Amino acid sequence: MAAIAGTKSSLTWAVHLSLVAMVLLWLFPTAGLLVSSFRTSDQIATSGWWKSLGASEQNLTLRTGGAADQVNRDNKFVIEGNLFGEASEAVISVWGTSSRSISDYSAGDTAELKNGETVTVQANGDYIMEHSEEFTGKRGQRIFATAKTPPEFTLRNYNYMLFDPTNREGMAKAFFNTLTVTIPATIIPILVAAFAAYALAWMDFPGRALLIAVVVGLLVVPLQLALIPLLKLHNEIGIGKGYLGAWLAHTGFGLPLAIYLLRNYMVGLPRDIIENAKVDGATDFQIFTKIILPLSFPALASFAIFQFLWTWNDLLVALVFLIDSTGDTTVMTKQIVELLGTRGGNWEILATSAFVSIAVPLMVFFAMQKYLVRGLLAGSVK
Amino acid sequence: MHPALQAVLTIVIGVGGCVGYFYFSNQFLDKVLFPGTGPNAGRNISRANMVRPWLFLFPAFAALSVYLAYPVIETLRLSLTERLPGNESQFVGLQNYQNMFNEPKFWEAMRNNMMWLLIVPAFSTAFGLLAAQLSDRVRWGNLAKSLIFMPMAISFVGAAVIWKLVYDARPIDQDQIGVLNALYLFFGGTEPQNWLTIPGWNNIFLMAVLVWIQTGFAMVILSAALRGIPEETVEAAIVDGANPFQVFFKIKVPQIMGTIVVVWTTITIVVLKVFDIVFAMTNGQWETQVLANYMYDKLFRANDWGVGSASAMIIMLLVSPILIWNVYNARKEMQ
Repeated sequence: MAAIAGTKSSLTWAVHLSLVAMVLLWLFPTAGLLVSSFRTSDQIATSGWWKSLGASEQNLTLRTGGAADQVNRDNKFVIEGNLFGEASEAVISVWGTSSRSISDYSAGDTAELKNGETVTVQANGDYIMEHSEEFTGKRGQRIFATAKTPPEFTLRNYNYMLFDPTNREGMAKAFFNTLTVTIPATIIPILVAAFAAYALAWMDFPGRALLIAVVVGLLVVPLQLALIPLLKLHNEIGIGKGYLGAWLAHTGFGLPLAIYLLRNYMVGLPRDIIENAKVDGATDFQIFTKIILPLSFPALASFAIFQFLWTWNDLLVALVFLIDSTGDTTVMTKQIVELLGTRGGNWEILATSAFVSIAVPLMVFFAMQKYLVRGLLAGSVK
Repeated sequence: MHPALQAVLTIVIGVGGCVGYFYFSNQFLDKVLFPGTGPNAGRNISRANMVRPWLFLFPAFAALSVYLAYPVIETLRLSLTERLPGNESQFVGLQNYQNMFNEPKFWEAMRNNMMWLLIVPAFSTAFGLLAAQLSDRVRWGNLAKSLIFMPMAISFVGAAVIWKLVYDARPIDQDQIGVLNALYLFFGGTEPQNWLTIPGWNNIFLMAVLVWIQTGFAMVILSAALRGIPEETVEAAIVDGANPFQVFFKIKVPQIMGTIVVVWTTITIVVLKVFDIVFAMTNGQWETQVLANYMYDKLFRANDWGVGSASAMIIMLLVSPILIWNVYNARKEMQ
């Protein structure tokens, strides 16, 4: 805008920087969870996730081999090996033999212990322990090392949470249950709402304005009010708790927005097309199925995304109408809440299960953002 | 039956049933009830056209009545009755409301809800406006918008996990893994804090989660409104020597005031219903109770339907002004 008036704004840089800061701030929390889900529980517990992106300096407690590993060489008893156990890219800078002085020695130095033993630790973790007498004790000497480890990520968490049949907390079943709730609960309201929206948009009958007002009013009715009456109703007519009840509830709760969005869109379709079709002898049913429905695709898509996100992410409806005492029909949101209670500190489990549940909506979001934005604009700006 | 099969079957029956209902009832109307041929063809066709709208409306409004209208009335009734053993109930007048008003937890929930109502819409709208204005002026604005908008797709429960990691606290002698504590210590804090257990402040930390989610919504709507502002008004202001801040606050904001109000009220409604975040993060402990979670507690933990319904009615009451305002606007617009 400033450019139009011919003066280049000195604020340009400030704008760029503020926007970068804002985007980073908004991205940072999610990134934290995503990165954490690819780290092992040890890594998560010992250092902040933001440090994992570069080589990190960690304080490690390692142990040499025990007496069982010793060999007798030139009248000396020797234990040899690598502190990391296997080939590792970690590089030890300083180390010590007691938790109070963890940086007494540099890599390559030899430490003398109080009973005459000597220990030499190399940067790559190779150590050699020597003593004139035989080593005793099953457990080896503790080494406190400060090591630089390269970033390291693993898919193990996802494997464990999704594909491990022995894991009773696995997300596979809940994922599947969520999908089972979501798909019918997304498709059915669209169809029901589309016919009603057409009637409200293009058919003339007494009381139309009143019905539209009713829909607008129901748009904001909190679904909290519906919990007990509907649960009672479901119990009385024999649905009880289960998928059917959840599908019906989601359909009912989604309808006001569906009718409202679709009607607003359909009203905006060109009158000529519809009147020409009428003149040509098309019935209302034909006009609806052959003309209105295909033309309304963007609005249908918008609502479908809303309803999908809402049902996928829902917790309350699932808690009340779906999940019974057996827990066989538990959905991901409920399972995550449970894990938050029981596995509060196990971030590798929490992060992974949360991301399993977040991944699908995010994909839908990025793939169909255009329709989501369009729907939001139609739904709230009048 | 396997749930997957059941789901597929439901889709088939549901979709087939809907299509079948609309198609066959329409056929029935035209061919059997009021056939458009024979002696009364003209009258029959107009009669059929009078009935048809109701045919199209019936399933939707039946569902709306059962799933939204009836519960409002039934909840009102339940809030005035007491449950007796054996599926009986007894009219108790306003007793449930009185019990509720005597409970400190209820007032805690009310107080917190009011704070939520003030803070979350205000900050979401302000940040949304800021993001909309900033992203409007740079070439990578669309990318920035996508990323700020993204939390909209994340469930409240997912967001709760994300932010619990941000608020995580470790003992002082360990590396902090929650970024808030890491920053706090970095900037001179003495001891890691358990943010979610500090009464008063913890509400703010819970609200931050919802602000984070809702900002994207506000941004999308407001950014469209900003683009709708006539260019001439802005140019005229610049020619008259207005600086960018004046252009923004004196020219642009007044012109999109209507949209700001809509965004504000929409977020207000979301806030009134907020449940998942509190349920998953603190479950109302440490003085973070809110109405929706209080109600859930009453209904499903204490099994007190009377007080639970009474608190649901309070939520309804708080929503009502917005409901009336929306209906009023919708009617005005249709005339």
